[in-house]
Amino acid sequence: MLDTLTILTPLLLPLLAGLLCITAWKKPDIQQVIYLFSTLLTFSATLWLLFRVDEVGVMTYQAGNWKAPFGISLAVDMLGALMLTASALLSFVLYFFARSHQAISKARKLFGFYPAVLLMSFGIHGAFITGDLFNLYVWFEVMVIGSFVLLTLGSEARQLEGAVKYVTINFIASSLFLTAIGIMYGVEGSTNMADLSVKLHDGEVNPLAYIGLLFFIISFGIKAALFPLYFWLPASYHTPPAGVSAIIAGLLTKVGIYAMFRVSIFIFPANDPALSKLFLILAGSTMLVGMMGAIAQTDYRRVLSYMIVSHMGYMVMGLGIGSKMAITGAIFYILHSIIVKANLFFMGGIINQHSGSFSLKGGGGIYRQLPVFSVGFFICAMSLAGIPPLTGFWGKYVLAQAGLISGNYIIVGISLATGLLTLLVMNKVWLGIFLKNPEDRANEAIKPVSERKFAGQHKGMYITVLALSLIVVMMSFLPEQVIQWSSQAAESLINRDLYIEKVLGSAPKIK
Amino acid sequence: MEIVMAIVTGILYAAGLYLLMHRSFIKLIIGIILFAHACNFFLFTAGGIERGMPAFIREEGQSVEGLSDPLPQALILTAIVIGLGIQAFAIVLLKRVYHTSGTSDLDDLRNTDREAKDA
Repeated sequence: MLDTLTILTPLLLPLLAGLLCITAWKKPDIQQVIYLFSTLLTFSATLWLLFRVDEVGVMTYQAGNWKAPFGISLAVDMLGALMLTASALLSFVLYFFARSHQAISKARKLFGFYPAVLLMSFGIHGAFITGDLFNLYVWFEVMVIGSFVLLTLGSEARQLEGAVKYVTINFIASSLFLTAIGIMYGVEGSTNMADLSVKLHDGEVNPLAYIGLLFFIISFGIKAALFPLYFWLPASYHTPPAGVSAIIAGLLTKVGIYAMFRVSIFIFPANDPALSKLFLILAGSTMLVGMMGAIAQTDYRRVLSYMIVSHMGYMVMGLGIGSKMAITGAIFYILHSIIVKANLFFMGGIINQHSGSFSLKGGGGIYRQLPVFSVGFFICAMSLAGIPPLTGFWGKYVLAQAGLISGNYIIVGISLATGLLTLLVMNKVWLGIFLKNPEDRANEAIKPVSERKFAGQHKGMYITVLALSLIVVMMSFLPEQVIQWSSQAAESLINRDLYIEKVLGSAPKIK
Repeated sequence: MEIVMAIVTGILYAAGLYLLMHRSFIKLIIGIILFAHACNFFLFTAGGIERGMPAFIREEGQSVEGLSDPLPQALILTAIVIGLGIQAFAIVLLKRVYHTSGTSDLDDLRNTDREAKDA
């Protein structure tokens, strides 16, 4: 009973809170309180879920008590639990950031900012919990509709323009996903992940199923912004306010990569050499092309957008190498990436408050005026570049080691070069926004302000970025626990027996 | 029957994609709608098409031979509703874009792809 509740809480609470917020329409103060309590509770529930999954391995719930391959199964393994915890954490800290009207304007809150975030996180949590492919499609749609609303909220011309691209490309991705489900159902007669996994690992795989896999890869590749399919991301992610960008940038691409892990390792046999090669090529080109984009940009948020694209490559690299160690590294990298990328976007909000722009050419002098904030930024930036002993280093280290063991030297080389180039780009940001002396600029000087006073005015934003920086530091110096969890997650993807047994139970196999 | 459905589905996919690549807002919307229909038809065909036989098992031990699989139809029902939501959103969004930017040509919406001018 308690376990059932634990699985359902991350779904029911955001839904309930979202609906409550809608009933309190145009009363942002009430919505804010509902948001705080629901996200805090959801975060605690996901933590509890994480510890329970650590104990029992896989937790399942059969919706409506329909036996497994017929009904919708919800199943949480370590991978799902870790992703859930990270996303619930982000929604929770967003509360503090969004509190100040400078970060998220009052008008946005009046027209449904809180319900949109809650319903989007409802969809995200569902995607991590479900054990059914068609259900995953439904959660994807719940999630993207929430993100559509968040992206367009405020109706600035740039936002609407970015949203047109975002909506169209996401629609195409979802349709391809649906087509892939149709193919899988036509070939194997099931949409249950565990059931499909059994059928596809059982002897010869019908070649038609691989066409389904190709559709899955294209669709999730669009969602995760992999190499030839990433153009929509830098065209839309920088348009909404920083808080919204942060939660969308931190989570949505990672849901795509999560689905890709599920489908290509768990459901399909992962040991296909052609498939590994495809993933490695995708990974290498994503890293390099994304990085080239980042180098060329001069707007803080656009630099970060390209950085997201580039660093998706690391996760796909783990998929391409395919050993347990590589997948462990990739999962650790996903967690690191969720927190660090979101935090860098949150920091963009503070930079904009301070200098009035996101441009690397316009601002400057933040380090002199806001030293504490700058240290927080420095930690995250260096973590992204993979400087030891910060989190990015651990992820890259495990991935590189796995790559060297399996003899994929080229991709390891590319990943290390990408790390160096990240350092270069982060240096550019550091010089342009933090170090440069504002007096050097000819136009209007930024009014000098003491950090104490500035932090007092932007209390919520400060709490958010410093808390996330603190988490990055903790993950950096105590990585054993997180790496161990990632390793368990990789284990549950590769050794599918426990998951399948828990989901299908002793139910008779239907041929 | 299935061969007819296959051709119809193929044409719908092709027409949908073709329209999605056009520059006009209206064609984008029609493309989205056709593409969604194509997916629904595809799922429908995947379930197998049988005429005149409701998928009910009336007595114990009756053969399921000749019945279509009802699950894809349930899936399509969900997909149609979701598609409706997305299409409605897309239409309202494009109308809004038309009002703010005064254009119905997607080629004019290239500002967010470019480096910001004020940078």
